[in-house]
Amino acid sequence: MTSRVAIIGTGITEFGELWDESFRSLITKAGTEAINDSRLEGDEIEALYVGSMSPGLFSGQEHVSSLVADHAGLKGVPATRVEAACSSGALALREAYLSIKSGEMDYVIAGGVEKMTDIPSNSATVALMGAGDQEWEAFKGATFPGLYALMATRHMYEYGTTLEQISQVSVKSHENAALNPKAQFRFKVSLEDVMNSTPVADPLRLLHCSPITDGAAAVVLASEEKAREICDNPIWINASSCSTDTIALHDREYVSRTDAATRAAGKAYRRAGIKPQDVDFAEVHDCFSIAEIMAIESLGFCKLGEGGRFTEEGETSLSGSIPINTSGGLKGKGHPVGATGIAQAVEAVAQLRGEAGKRQVEKAKIGLTHNVGGSGGTCVIHILSGDLK
Amino acid sequence: MAGIVGYGVYLPRYRLKAGEIARVWGMDGDRVSKSLLIDEKTVPSLDEDTATISVEAARNAVEHAQIDAKDIGAIYVGSESHPYVVKPTATIVAAAIDAVEDLTAADYEFACKAGTAAIQTCMGLVDSQMIKYGLAIGADTSQGRPGDALEYTASAGGAAYIIGRRDTIAEILDTYSYTTDTPDFWRREGMDFPSHGARFTGRPAYFKHVISAAKGVMERNDKKPRDFDYVVFHQPNGKFPLNAAKTLGFSKEQLETGLLISNIGNTYSGATPLGLAAILDEAVEGDLILAVSYGSGAGSDAFIIEVTERIGDKRNQKTVAEYVNRKEYIDYSLYVKYKGKIKGVALQK
Repeated sequence: MTSRVAIIGTGITEFGELWDESFRSLITKAGTEAINDSRLEGDEIEALYVGSMSPGLFSGQEHVSSLVADHAGLKGVPATRVEAACSSGALALREAYLSIKSGEMDYVIAGGVEKMTDIPSNSATVALMGAGDQEWEAFKGATFPGLYALMATRHMYEYGTTLEQISQVSVKSHENAALNPKAQFRFKVSLEDVMNSTPVADPLRLLHCSPITDGAAAVVLASEEKAREICDNPIWINASSCSTDTIALHDREYVSRTDAATRAAGKAYRRAGIKPQDVDFAEVHDCFSIAEIMAIESLGFCKLGEGGRFTEEGETSLSGSIPINTSGGLKGKGHPVGATGIAQAVEAVAQLRGEAGKRQVEKAKIGLTHNVGGSGGTCVIHILSGDLK
Repeated sequence: MAGIVGYGVYLPRYRLKAGEIARVWGMDGDRVSKSLLIDEKTVPSLDEDTATISVEAARNAVEHAQIDAKDIGAIYVGSESHPYVVKPTATIVAAAIDAVEDLTAADYEFACKAGTAAIQTCMGLVDSQMIKYGLAIGADTSQGRPGDALEYTASAGGAAYIIGRRDTIAEILDTYSYTTDTPDFWRREGMDFPSHGARFTGRPAYFKHVISAAKGVMERNDKKPRDFDYVVFHQPNGKFPLNAAKTLGFSKEQLETGLLISNIGNTYSGATPLGLAAILDEAVEGDLILAVSYGSGAGSDAFIIEVTERIGDKRNQKTVAEYVNRKEYIDYSLYVKYKGKIKGVALQK
């Protein structure tokens, strides 16, 4: 069994409404970029994992494991599609990680992709609701903006979190996205813009919600032995953890908490041998701005109920004590659901390699990624670092 | 060289406020108005359709051109709301203005640009000397599905142009079209309302075609945006033409005369011809105009038009502004009645 697993190559497409790109062209572009970055040849890749939430509903295409292998020029390679709603990407990364950890493989590629703009936005909302409980949530009329609005309302009631504080998450996300050439929304928004944007599900407004996005990302993983041989800047996956919770929001003990994230984070910190305060930056799942506040509480960056104030004080900004979502997050960079978990890893690698350009975090040594499925039914966490001296 | 000998317009009298539509559907009217840059739209009465609007506009055009209708050798009516699926609107117009029987006629459909396609056909027939005058009409009573975003803008109106070689008030110096097969908006046989690809109607549809056609005609005539006194683009809402103008480098001043959307809505096939008419109402000798239509499906026709000295003696007395200001407000319930959206009503059309 290999002792560690490294990321040795990354690739990511532009995120946005990409009318000229298809499901297959997106994942092929990201995958090719990742393989080129790793300096491997395609035929050295031993297995492929691809995270995609709902290609069947978004594009009518299933069996995407074969499709991706075929169109990436990797015909013959064992390929697996991984699906866990919006956390499909990170779960694909985790499966790829485990395949190397098991000793079976040395080189594995993990990708994530979603092509969401081929259908009208109301159909996309229905497709996304597949991440919830069909019988008890979707059939009763719930949508994801509605579920997260319930969480926001409860968080505001229990902890005194304000809409201004929730809005501050969006302001910060857009500030970072403006510095990310791959982001869907490369512009800043003011607190006033966010507070006055179109109402979606009270209290959430349009600029509290991540968009519908086309995009793909990929990473190439290697065993420690191989990574040492061929890569001069390997980024180590020090922990990969996953936890689940009830799929339906109403079955949870606390609506204003994400316990799957708390449990996954605890496991990841123990495995990596670090504490939350050792983390230098994190990419978290801000599908709605309230989700980022709940995420930083579950991850232990601030106390439970303090996420709003912590954000308002600027602690999560690029120059703050724990920069969150330097990529722009799901809100600013875009949220092609299956690609998001992998895109978070791509951003973490860029930060740890010191290649994040204008959004580079100073002394970025340890990074964390937090990818959530549905309203919190799945949470996948990875802790990454370069060689720590 | 073919040019415009005369033109005429028509807009129905009834107006419906965007805020009134928003009220019915539980939307924020101010927000809708601000986002689409629409205040109100025209609504045709029960006895108005594309044929009656075309006839009104054609009569005004013949009167303005000061020609004998018998000299019209071709009539083309562009619309996506012809009253008959089979049976031409153009023959109704021909009979009404007494242009029968020595002429050719046909109906055109190309979403919102069928009217400018009709102008191009007339230019060809005139320049090849097959006919003396051609009558090109763009008119619609467009359909907006109740509750859909298009309901705020889908309106009614039209404009008619007499195209000829002599006694023109404006010369058409060049026309260039940009066409692809792009399914951004459509209505199939037997469907009451059109379907659309939401945000897909923007960048890959409207903007790609409008901007390509505008650039194409300017490049081959060695013109820059600053060379033009006026510009008019198809106007499905207020934002699209503003953004197209900004992208191409036209000023708000060049655009505003032909920008009618906020007061009348989107008259579909009538939109670019009406905007051009509003410009001709006030243009003077030597003024250079760029007109670019857009039809979903998709394509754009671009025209470079230069106003001649005759316009001073031949001002159109039935101006666009007069029709825009001639209005009577109705509420949503009368609107659904006039648009025939109430089903199963006795003694109704």
